[in-house]
Amino acid sequence: MTQAPEQEAPPVPEGHVRLTIDGRTVDAPKGEILIRTCERLGIVVPRFCDHPLLEPAGACRQCLVEVEMGGRPMPKPQASCTMTVADGMVVKTQVTSAVADKAQQGVMELLLINHPLDCPICDKGGECPLQNQAMSSGRAESRFHEHKRTFEKPLPISDEVLLDRERCVLCQRCTRFSDQIAGDPFIELLERGAHQQIGTEETAWGAGEEFQSYFSGNTIQICPVGALTSASYRFRSRPFDLVSTPGQCEHCASGCSTRRDWRRGGVTRVLAGEEPTVNEEWLCDKGRFAFRYPASPQRVLQPMVREDGVLTPVPWVDALERAATLLAGARDGRGEPRTGEDGEELAPKRGVGVLPGGRLTVEDAYAYAKFARLALHTNDVDQRARAHSDEELDFLAGHVAGVAPSHVSYAHLEAARTVLCVAFDPEEESPIVFLRLRKAARHGTRVVHVGSWTTPAVVKTGGHLLAAVPGEEPAALADLPDDLAAALAAPGAVVLVGERAAEVPGLLTAVSELGARTGARIAWVPRRAGERGGVDAGALPTLLPGARRVDDADAREAVAAVWGVPSLPAAPGRDLTAMLTAARDGELAGLVLGGVELADLPDPDLARAALAEADVVISLEQVLSEVTEHADVVLPVAPAVNRSGTYRNWEGRDRPFATTIDPGQGGSGRVGGTAAVTLPDCRVLDSLAVEMDVDLFTQTPQAAAAELAELGTVAVTPSTPATRPSSPDVSDGTRLTSDDSSGPPLTGRVRLATWRQLIDGGALLAEETDLPGTARPPRLRVAAGTAERLGLVAGEPARLGDTLDLVVELADLPADVVWAPSHVPVPGGVVTLAGLGLGHGDLVDVAAPVAAAVAPVVAHGEPQ
Amino acid sequence: MSEPEEYRPDPLTPVLTRRWLLPESWTLRHYTELGGYEAMRQAFAMAPADLVSLVKDSGLRGRGGAGFPTGMKWSFIPQPKPGEEPTAATEDAPQFKPKYLVINADEGEPGTCKDTPLMMADPHSLIEGCIITAFAIRANFCAIYIRGEIVHAIRRLHFAVQEAYAAGHLGKDIHGSGFDLDIVVHAGAGAYICGEETALLDSLEGRRGQPRLKPPFPATAGLYAAPTVVNNVETIATVPSIVAGGKDWFRTMGRERSPGPKIYSLSGHVERPGQYEAPLGTTLRQLLEMAGGMKDGIPLKFWTPGGSSTPLFTDEHLDVPLDFEGAAEAGSMLGTTAVMIFNETVSVPWAVMKWTEFYEHESCGKCTPCREGNYWLAGILRRMNDGQGTEEDIDTLLDVCSNVLGRSFCALGDGAVSPITSGIKYFRQEFLDLCQAQPAATDRVLAGAH
Repeated sequence: MTQAPEQEAPPVPEGHVRLTIDGRTVDAPKGEILIRTCERLGIVVPRFCDHPLLEPAGACRQCLVEVEMGGRPMPKPQASCTMTVADGMVVKTQVTSAVADKAQQGVMELLLINHPLDCPICDKGGECPLQNQAMSSGRAESRFHEHKRTFEKPLPISDEVLLDRERCVLCQRCTRFSDQIAGDPFIELLERGAHQQIGTEETAWGAGEEFQSYFSGNTIQICPVGALTSASYRFRSRPFDLVSTPGQCEHCASGCSTRRDWRRGGVTRVLAGEEPTVNEEWLCDKGRFAFRYPASPQRVLQPMVREDGVLTPVPWVDALERAATLLAGARDGRGEPRTGEDGEELAPKRGVGVLPGGRLTVEDAYAYAKFARLALHTNDVDQRARAHSDEELDFLAGHVAGVAPSHVSYAHLEAARTVLCVAFDPEEESPIVFLRLRKAARHGTRVVHVGSWTTPAVVKTGGHLLAAVPGEEPAALADLPDDLAAALAAPGAVVLVGERAAEVPGLLTAVSELGARTGARIAWVPRRAGERGGVDAGALPTLLPGARRVDDADAREAVAAVWGVPSLPAAPGRDLTAMLTAARDGELAGLVLGGVELADLPDPDLARAALAEADVVISLEQVLSEVTEHADVVLPVAPAVNRSGTYRNWEGRDRPFATTIDPGQGGSGRVGGTAAVTLPDCRVLDSLAVEMDVDLFTQTPQAAAAELAELGTVAVTPSTPATRPSSPDVSDGTRLTSDDSSGPPLTGRVRLATWRQLIDGGALLAEETDLPGTARPPRLRVAAGTAERLGLVAGEPARLGDTLDLVVELADLPADVVWAPSHVPVPGGVVTLAGLGLGHGDLVDVAAPVAAAVAPVVAHGEPQ
Repeated sequence: MSEPEEYRPDPLTPVLTRRWLLPESWTLRHYTELGGYEAMRQAFAMAPADLVSLVKDSGLRGRGGAGFPTGMKWSFIPQPKPGEEPTAATEDAPQFKPKYLVINADEGEPGTCKDTPLMMADPHSLIEGCIITAFAIRANFCAIYIRGEIVHAIRRLHFAVQEAYAAGHLGKDIHGSGFDLDIVVHAGAGAYICGEETALLDSLEGRRGQPRLKPPFPATAGLYAAPTVVNNVETIATVPSIVAGGKDWFRTMGRERSPGPKIYSLSGHVERPGQYEAPLGTTLRQLLEMAGGMKDGIPLKFWTPGGSSTPLFTDEHLDVPLDFEGAAEAGSMLGTTAVMIFNETVSVPWAVMKWTEFYEHESCGKCTPCREGNYWLAGILRRMNDGQGTEEDIDTLLDVCSNVLGRSFCALGDGAVSPITSGIKYFRQEFLDLCQAQPAATDRVLAGAH
């Protein structure tokens, strides 16, 4: 910027200071770190330990600059990563100061003396800050004769992270990340002086607590040298041989930006993308490492129809035609007439239900929603492949559908004075929400968890647990401590509620009432990436796209007008359980399923029976599954990496992504070594609908998104669910009323608290072999007193129900309550508590295992 | 403690060491007999702010090496204004936090040996000083962080603290003054870096002993993030005599900007090594006279004025007044007045190597220049002393030193290169002599090539 000399300098803006850097005048916000001000001017000061999201350390001394304060030069060069700007400061970086330049060269020389010259085989070579800065600030020749320090290599920090200590420049980014961001400080500096090194308790002593973190992969990404490397990427490729494509994480509803690096048709690694409003620069290990599932041998790459009981590959045209014929017949009840128990003739089965699953993009969910209404003439569509309730439908309509990020966002969490988490363990269920809550907690936000024990997430977000007996959370919310109720009434307070609130009758109503009572804003954080978008896209039995209610005639009319049809089905649809029940009972003729795993469902056996009984089962899948075993037609769909689309995260923020690898593009058209062109769900449904003489106009995600945008969203005012939950069903003896807890507990029967852990053998973890190594081992948690009463011993197995053995760990649960993860990985699969007929709040038998009448299922990785 | 009988310092009557030659000098009985704990009673009669002013006016400067004015350090502790009560907005402000006094007794620098004998011979002078200082800065908790290796001194200090509790000098409502003070003696775990005040605080909190980023300074966020004064043992042991004798008396000793008495620790090639209390500004020539001269009459070659971190002096500097200004003007530092004396039999490169090996061992590893610099400097020096050095190595040494000095995180790195730069400055020829007949560096294998 050139200024005429006589022109007066503009006044310094409020809250800013004016300083000079390399002769240029700059205004900087008070408190800004000098190195950032330099960055804004385009002056790159070399650095290693500095990271904008970590607290300043000043350890590497690479960023030294000359500073003059009040006209007096400071006697020593200053670390620009620790110094804050001040008015009148005059700064000379290496650009204009020989002293700063020499200081930087000197530090660089010291870092390089000991660094191995293994760049040609180092993973970081080509994208290495040390390499780059050695070029800009290093000397070409060594003048030292002594031997470099060497260490045994590599040192496994965890199954995923390997450490080459001789490459380490000890910038401490990784240890500071572990301590400040993740809160898993198992990685530390050991020894001192030249022997200082990074390590874990295990590497230091040969034994100790394992490095266990859901965020350890971030240390690889922020390592400014090649010291921390990824076991799965190590020695696999050179960064300059990879194509980097921005992506969106498909694993959960946090909504992280990612960068996918790929070549030869396959992703070689996933990195966190920079997205300050969402994931900042972080990514959980599931998002980072679980990207190999498209290469699963179970992948479906061609359409298949069942011929003589066997799925047989056929051309798309044949598969679509067959599916359309079957669906139309089932929809219209053109199947065989049924015979009743007494031999009377019954009406044929009629109708088709749609179960899209919760992993869809907004566009796909929209296509399922539209397909159900136009091609199948029904509102029987429910994306919720998990515990669900009518109460939840009302809650979603009243608090979630159509709500924009301006209601509650990551920024709101960070700014809130108080956040209440209900039926939500953020670290297990939405890891980046957890990181933001932890960041907020470190800056004074009070994060209170309504839960059954002090989980790691509770500890790392400030340790505030509001203990509740499973099933009695609504009462806890109705009777909050006064100070918490007052804090929630203060402006900015947020209540985060997880999807598993639907498992507790009355809980979502209680949350809603709490919001009404205190004014705290409510946000719903589902686990799966597609759930939030599905709510807005109308993939629910009571909601049409854009937060419109099915039972609202005007809303139906508005949607029908855009869709170019005279009317839409008016009767609210059945939910997932009702559809499956109807199918099992021979009322519903067909089912269309997206990515649904039966094990995830509230009653897997019901689902199995329903699929077996249904006349028509059409499966849109990426992999062969329990569903495809029953399918008449299997239509392959593309994994996220081979398609474009939009996820809508828990905030309601659109997270659009372009195709990473286009399998149609010439020689790269291979997925895991197999030539394959798979299509997004919305395109498949569009083609299927055409075969049924219906136009969905969802040929591409873009077309679907455009129509969804045209539909818009109706204004939503948060409201309390109209459906009061029916009183807990005590007839089957599994639910307790609160009165029961006062009496002496039945021997061995305790109440079960349960939710899912982040890494628990889900379908998208397929083919990833290292990640399970850092999964939290499945444990049965129980309070010491209860354990004693039940005869359980910490570290020894306990039997939950009839068959499941889990190792006991003591925790601060309420009396007569046990906690176990909902999904327990076992060799060759997963055991779910739902599959054993157990749910949150149920009574369950727990005892030390005796000689087994039934062969027990032993959790994966447990001592045998 | 071998103070010679014929030594009668003028105008000084020994202050800090006056009880040292008594039998069982460390006991409370002897301390009290010679006026001990009188200054404490005088202090309790004064306003805390007046005590701070008194010490400020006395000109007492820190005896730990840096020479920071003690009273000024105390005055940095934020105190509530008269009548100021905490409000919702200020309840977390530093003036309403507890204040702490921490005594740095982690004496570990080569040559430095004044605090250990002080705590051995007269621990109650330190404890009385702690009481007065804590009263002045309104602290109710004092920790004495003592070097873990000096077990004998730790025991004696523990014993003295017990005695002080038993006599009512410590605890609740000391002698009806309404003032409470607890003293904890905490033994370090053997790291020189923990003598750096912020590393000491981290270590005291149970963390890894590495220096903290400043600001915030300990005066606002020190121990447990509360306002903290960190003072050296000798500094605090001097305080009771200032309270008892007054600032004018104190200023009769030493020099204008460095007043008061000081314990000079003479070690090495002198006839009678030991602790010599003398006014600040005493010269080595005077100290050598007190100590009976150079051992066996072998002439002086080089010496340190204040421990291994202070640049070397030679026989040119015999008349440099050893106070903060005098030592600095002559190109060194007063440091801890650890006067290490070496005669002509000692090789400078060898002595420098030994010192550098100390810093190599003790560098905490936090910052690059100190961690790597000392490691590689020690390597070069070892090679030179093995007769494998080249002339280029001398330039390399000096250049690396210039890349460590003022570039490291804390003062450890600055001090570490002092022996090398000053050694080469005064004795370059000795280094050159070691490099005779060595091939040029170009013929040699460089690091990185193997």
